[in-house]
Amino acid sequence: MGSYVPNTPAERQEMLEALGLSSFRDLFAVVPEEMYLEDGALNIPQGMSELEVIRKVSEMAGKNRIFSTVLRGAGAYDHYIPSIVKYIPAKEEFLTAYTPYQAEMSQGILQSIFEYQTMICELTGMDVSNASVYDGATAAAEAAAMCRDRKRRVTLISGAAHPDTIQTVKTYCYGTGDELRIVPVKDGKTDMAALKEMLTADVASFYVQQPNFYGMIEDAKEIGDLVHEAGAMYVMGCNPISLGVLKTPRECGADVAVGEGQPLGMPLSFGGPYLGFMCTTQKHMRKLPGRIVGETVDSKGERAYVLSLQAREQHIRREKASSNICSNQALCALTAGVYMATMGAEGIAEAAKQSMSKAHYLAKELCAIPGVSLKNEGEFFHEFVTVMPKAEEVLTALEKADILGGLPVEGGILWCATEKVSKAQLDKAVAVVKEVLA
Amino acid sequence: MKLIFEKSAAGHRCAILPPCDVEVFELSAELTREVAPKLPELNEQEISRHYTELNKRVHGVNCGFYPLGSCTMKYNPRVDEEAAALPGFTQIHPLAPAHTVEGCKEALDTAKAYLCEITGMDDMTFQPAAGAHGEFTGVLLIKQYHDARGDSKRKKIIVPDSAHGTNPATAAMCGYDVVNIPSAPNGCVDLEALKAVLGEDTAGLMLTNPNTVGIFDENILEITRLVHEAGGLCYYDGANLNAVMGVVRPGDMGFDCIHLNLHKTFATPHGGGGPGSGAVGCKAALAPYLPKEDGIRVKSFNGNFLVVVKALTYLLTLGKEGVPEAAKNAVLNANYLQSKIKGTFTPAFDRLCMHEFVLDLSSFKKETGVSALDVAKSLIDYGMHPPTMYFPLIVHEALMLEPTETESRDTLDEAAEVFRKLFELAKTDPDYMHNAPHNAQIGRPDEVRAARTPVLRYSF
Repeated sequence: MGSYVPNTPAERQEMLEALGLSSFRDLFAVVPEEMYLEDGALNIPQGMSELEVIRKVSEMAGKNRIFSTVLRGAGAYDHYIPSIVKYIPAKEEFLTAYTPYQAEMSQGILQSIFEYQTMICELTGMDVSNASVYDGATAAAEAAAMCRDRKRRVTLISGAAHPDTIQTVKTYCYGTGDELRIVPVKDGKTDMAALKEMLTADVASFYVQQPNFYGMIEDAKEIGDLVHEAGAMYVMGCNPISLGVLKTPRECGADVAVGEGQPLGMPLSFGGPYLGFMCTTQKHMRKLPGRIVGETVDSKGERAYVLSLQAREQHIRREKASSNICSNQALCALTAGVYMATMGAEGIAEAAKQSMSKAHYLAKELCAIPGVSLKNEGEFFHEFVTVMPKAEEVLTALEKADILGGLPVEGGILWCATEKVSKAQLDKAVAVVKEVLA
Repeated sequence: MKLIFEKSAAGHRCAILPPCDVEVFELSAELTREVAPKLPELNEQEISRHYTELNKRVHGVNCGFYPLGSCTMKYNPRVDEEAAALPGFTQIHPLAPAHTVEGCKEALDTAKAYLCEITGMDDMTFQPAAGAHGEFTGVLLIKQYHDARGDSKRKKIIVPDSAHGTNPATAAMCGYDVVNIPSAPNGCVDLEALKAVLGEDTAGLMLTNPNTVGIFDENILEITRLVHEAGGLCYYDGANLNAVMGVVRPGDMGFDCIHLNLHKTFATPHGGGGPGSGAVGCKAALAPYLPKEDGIRVKSFNGNFLVVVKALTYLLTLGKEGVPEAAKNAVLNANYLQSKIKGTFTPAFDRLCMHEFVLDLSSFKKETGVSALDVAKSLIDYGMHPPTMYFPLIVHEALMLEPTETESRDTLDEAAEVFRKLFELAKTDPDYMHNAPHNAQIGRPDEVRAARTPVLRYSF
């Protein structure tokens, strides 16, 4: 059995006696007999030594298939993670510290968050960022809440957003009793005519994902103009790598920019931990939920960092808080910061351009196969949907070739290519598809 | 210390990507961003040095005693990190076909089996990413339950005034009115106050047991019975599970749903403020309302999977004997430390505690002028992370200490000695303590200025 209790049985007995007690049961005297579990009553297996534990978890991990080529995105992206990005967050202090409530002992964490906040602002063009939230989907839900006021409470969301985002926002709306309306999709993008009609006086905000779930680049600036004309707030959910090339939410007129930060150095991890970034303009700063780090000076006049604007938060406002959120995803935000520093503006732009180029190459090669076509016309970033016969067989054949093919979606397959995949890997995938459809 | 942006130098870079090996696709000008982001230009060793410098200004569990009440800063085993770094877990796409992720399924099912047995629950979700997120999910189970039965008059959630701020905030996020009930003088739930607010409009009660002052409420069965009798459900805030895991089960206390903090009780690292995992368990009656395809969802994909892997590894290590052993020794260590400090500072409740205890410094402050905050800041000069300050709200000038089971008796003796020194120092040199810390990374920061003139990013 493994144990992290350093005191020996003899030491424990001495400590009990120092308290005037004779057994552990005495410590729990206040616990009613009927609910006290006797020794051995807990019905779980015996503990194990470290070697046995590593064998067991390795065995479990071994039952998962690691694909050498990943052509599936849909919200989780297989980008190349530079080596240093893995080592820094593994440093024991960063890894094991608590939330930096005691600023005098945690300038390292506070400064790293301040740097992260700055980088997110630069990437999105917005004025202020929080220290992160759980993921892109919850960030969208928090943004919707942030935009509501007494008169405008309805949330509009594009039907072309990630299904998990829509379902999460719907759940949060269910919680507060607010209404969610989904704007229909036309040709793989938000239906602009429908959006215009749905922007009624009770609408607080409209959320669009950019690029959207189908990989399409939305007319983000046009949408922003429509939304503002209707007096509502504009929320954009952005892919952070795409911001290496795409117009920023600021340039499109967004009031709030959120997104899934996983592409910034976090591995696929079967879904988590990921990272939700949230930023806004100066005007809406005090509505931002979650932790925010601010700069100040200490008693000696030296620059220092602290958790700031805490009067918004749950531990002060309790039931009047705008959100119950208590933690952020600090270590993931640190990871993102290291990634952004390592790649730099040039590297992120390069990752974006290559992802986009490889996706366009893949699309072109696939569509050269008779029977395969693009489902949607228009500009796309690094994902696209194809229509083809025998979709299931195609994906099975790809699997045999150690390739995780695109995601089956309604009406087709949603493919993704990132800078990590080589031309040779793409050509191999195309060859497999071609063979199945021959 | 300089910011990373202040260390940036034009032309410095890391060579990460090869040139593009396919035809470069040019995006149209009207879709392209106009202004490039200003991110640092550094090479790898400059990045390494910067984060090393930052890392030196962080106090981890590996640096010293960390008795933060209600946070359970226990040792984070390295083997848990090994497990979560296995490529067979990190390289797995959340939407990969089911037959290719049998290992992930097994990991989640195994963790669920262990945790349901430990908590006395029938089912569990790992979707929530944190404790507060788990609370939100748990209260949504209660809401769906009443909604499904057409019981729309149940609009109130009862919360004791000793509760963590997330509890009432969560209830409000679920559209409930919060009814605060005062605690009894002994820190526990005042049964009369509870009875007075129970009724047909009660949706449920949110409770922690042991509570936030570290005391196990011996009336717990009566409390949950009363709430059930009124037609409400009982939600267990699992933040304090480290006191009772493997010894008492929330399910046996009468709770219908619970959240766990895997990053507290189950030893996954805090990461400076996340990522955590707020697993939510429930009895069979609430299981249909857990996150599912045509139901609620609180986060994309499957929750913080790697965090669950760490907790699973910990559970495999501890097992049948190790789980209750951890809880029992957490309680022993807390009582031992309380007894050693008792000769100087005053415990808020002079009785056996559970895994944490609260010191009440209100008289001490009156006598010496030295506050709980001053004591906390003075501890920093001794390399000790201060205990939780000013929580729970029902104790004034509170300091809450939770040593956890992973500290040795020697560490506890040394800690008590530091408290004794500060107790004396307050009488002889209170000013020194008002201005503490003296040997830390910074002096006391001006938090008022930070809030009044917010500077929330670096300006180039």
